[in-house]
Amino acid sequence: MTLLDLQGLTKAYPGVVANSDISFAIGKGQIHALLGENGAGKSTLVKTIYGLVRPDAGTMTLEGAPFTPTDPRAARAAGIAMVFQHFSLFDALTVAENIALGMENPPKQRELAQRIREVSENYGLPLSPDRIVGDLSAGERQRVEIIRCLLQDPKLLIMDEPTSVLTPQEVEILFGTLRLLASEGTSILYISHKLEEIRALCEHATVLRLGKVVGTCDPRETTSRDMAELMVGSTLMTPKRDSETLGDDVLVIEGLTAPAPHQFGTALKNISVSVKSGEVLGIGGVAGNGQDELVAALSGEMPVSAAMVSLDGQAIGHLDPNTRRKIGLCAAPEERNGHAAAPDMTLTENALMTAKTRLGLSKNGFLDWASARDFALSVIDGFDVRTPGPETAARALSGGNLQKFVIGREILQKPRVLVVNQPTWGVDASAAAAIRQALLDLAGEGSAVVVISQDLDEILEIADRFAALNEGTLSPAVPTAGLTMERIGLMLGGAHDMEAAHVEA
Amino acid sequence: MLRLEKRPQPSKNWSYGAPLLAVVLTIILGMGLFAILGKDPVIAIKTIFWDPVFGQFAHFYRPEVVKKAAPLVLIAVGLSFGFRAGIWNIGAEGQYIIGAICGAGVALAVYPYDTRWVLFPLMIVAGALGGFLWAMIPALLRVFFKTNEILVSLMLVYVAEVLIKAFSIGLLRNPEGYGMPGSRNLRQYPAAANLDLISGTGFHWGALTAVFAVVVAYVMFTRHQFGFNVRLAGQSPRAAGFAGVNANKLIIVCLGLSGAMAGLAGLFEVAGPSGQILGSFPSYYGFTAIIVAFLGRLNPIGILLAGLLMALTYIGGQAAEAQLNLPSAAILTFQGMLLFCLLAVDVLTNYRFKIGKAEVR
Repeated sequence: MTLLDLQGLTKAYPGVVANSDISFAIGKGQIHALLGENGAGKSTLVKTIYGLVRPDAGTMTLEGAPFTPTDPRAARAAGIAMVFQHFSLFDALTVAENIALGMENPPKQRELAQRIREVSENYGLPLSPDRIVGDLSAGERQRVEIIRCLLQDPKLLIMDEPTSVLTPQEVEILFGTLRLLASEGTSILYISHKLEEIRALCEHATVLRLGKVVGTCDPRETTSRDMAELMVGSTLMTPKRDSETLGDDVLVIEGLTAPAPHQFGTALKNISVSVKSGEVLGIGGVAGNGQDELVAALSGEMPVSAAMVSLDGQAIGHLDPNTRRKIGLCAAPEERNGHAAAPDMTLTENALMTAKTRLGLSKNGFLDWASARDFALSVIDGFDVRTPGPETAARALSGGNLQKFVIGREILQKPRVLVVNQPTWGVDASAAAAIRQALLDLAGEGSAVVVISQDLDEILEIADRFAALNEGTLSPAVPTAGLTMERIGLMLGGAHDMEAAHVEA
Repeated sequence: MLRLEKRPQPSKNWSYGAPLLAVVLTIILGMGLFAILGKDPVIAIKTIFWDPVFGQFAHFYRPEVVKKAAPLVLIAVGLSFGFRAGIWNIGAEGQYIIGAICGAGVALAVYPYDTRWVLFPLMIVAGALGGFLWAMIPALLRVFFKTNEILVSLMLVYVAEVLIKAFSIGLLRNPEGYGMPGSRNLRQYPAAANLDLISGTGFHWGALTAVFAVVVAYVMFTRHQFGFNVRLAGQSPRAAGFAGVNANKLIIVCLGLSGAMAGLAGLFEVAGPSGQILGSFPSYYGFTAIIVAFLGRLNPIGILLAGLLMALTYIGGQAAEAQLNLPSAAILTFQGMLLFCLLAVDVLTNYRFKIGKAEVR
């Protein structure tokens, strides 16, 4: 039975057709995936359904009746609910107060708190209505948004990239809830580009590319690779190594211990590992287990004792970032905006930011802007960064393009050691493949590469050895060849105290 | 519905156009203000903006504008480094006073030593050093004890004001001044005087230093690593840390630099236009320079123009008070309008107005 039927939806913006003749149907109680790369038109489409965008052409039919929401309120009244990727919550208010703010006719606080408890109990979303939102984790904040939606008894729940902020455990809880909802007849439109999740959760998928529907499939019976190729529209290159010659140890970390740099940080505890020339070491783990701190200790932002980090036998743990760059250690932190790159500066300035030392772009303190610009251009060309030019502000680039720029900037400096954190986070499939290939090529030229990632598939794809980071300690590194997901799960450790899902399904 | 939309990147045209638009708006609003006060608005604006530069008595006003602008520009250029890096030295007035005390103190200590080429440079060094050391108090407290440099530097202004009053009736009082407060007049001490380089222009050593500072700061911001680090630290502190900028070092350098330049301004003022250490020496140049720095968008060239404009509104305002009988509060309001308009129009650099309902792609 069909809940929502879309026919020929078209929406054009000046210079770009965001949606072109899009037609598909969402069944009742179906978990329907909407797949596509950044810019494929997913957001425009769901905003059309949610009444934020009015289509230029096309019709929508909800339960047999024409559906033309003029604003989100009308859409909500018709039974459409949406959980956005970015939450709209007030940190200083409690869960119940936040939920009341989003309601048309909020009931009394006590009544509302009671209903929140019921819903959270019924759908396995542990959450207390009295807690202050500022104290909640990202996963718990998302639950607030979901419960806010569920209180409206929606017929269709739209989830926009819901797992990008969640730990794997929280993802499991969420999936449990969504399956339960679907079994009760609520339809779910699930937007993501994480293919494994879609395969685990969804029964039907519609794939968009450049604003058009390019295919549909049953994700349970389609491989991730086939879906990715459908999304990208071309055959996907699997990154591969040319040569596999390992040399001597280049980067040696020995007994790396450091206190947490701030209140919400993680202390590093006695981390020891070494990386050989030509080798890729993958470090996995759930976010917040010391990844940022490890990168800071390696990049030089957080100096440690000299002997804790050494490069080609030289102790460098105490050195500042630029001295380390000169010796040959480059890094790319996870957060692009404001850490790896300065959003308000141009790409040329951002290129200069880390490349000045190794490429000699600064002579007696005077900056060589012409060469910096050339270098920025070579990064843009070499890594297919889509931008009008090197004088564009970094903030004008999409996340994936800026990530390509940041990684390219470090790789093109030909470092002895490259440390990257989440190199393909938020990057579309073809760009991710290109970045992974570039990392492998760098290793192929004899550099040591450390890839810190929460994407285990990524690590298995490119790393020679794998180690797990768990609450600031690093497991011994093991070869990735023959490593099973089960073994990795054990290495990542069950030490995370997560509230178990309480799902009655 | 009118709404603001963030530009993908700052508009080049508006970053130059906004200050001009602000001046035009201020003139229009000011004309309204003067009209309400019963004065001829055109004559009022002409008295403030035109007469001091091109009018009949311009030969008298022009040097005054230069003398007023010189310390403003010098201090504001120094402040612009810290402000761009997000380091807020609000106490330039204090560093200005201490610079004056130290510079004048050197001259008065050796009076009547008369080798100018030894004494005058020594005074310059002492003035800069005095301002530098006074700024080091908030700098070191911030680096070692994480105190707020805004509060510490501001409070030290009041300490400096008390100090200069004490010096003017104590240690530095003119022994031949019949017991009147105030030091010897340095203008009458040829080896120490900061007189006009070209007689009758108001262009003294301080003005020359201010122009020099503008040029150096311009080169620093556009071509030099230091200016780049300052900008980076101000825009993205974490990215600056990643790029290897030492935040504590930057605090010390930026506060020290602005302190030294404020101290220089104080020395040039006490040895020139003002002439002596007096309880009334504090002139609010140090505070006004903060306004000048922002009026000039923290850009050296902009600061030069803003300093001249600010000085012009002071001198022209005084002329308007005297000639048109305008209350001084009206002139202060007018100056306030200028700042207000500039800040209001500033938003156009990063945002644009859009008409219609929000629709997101």
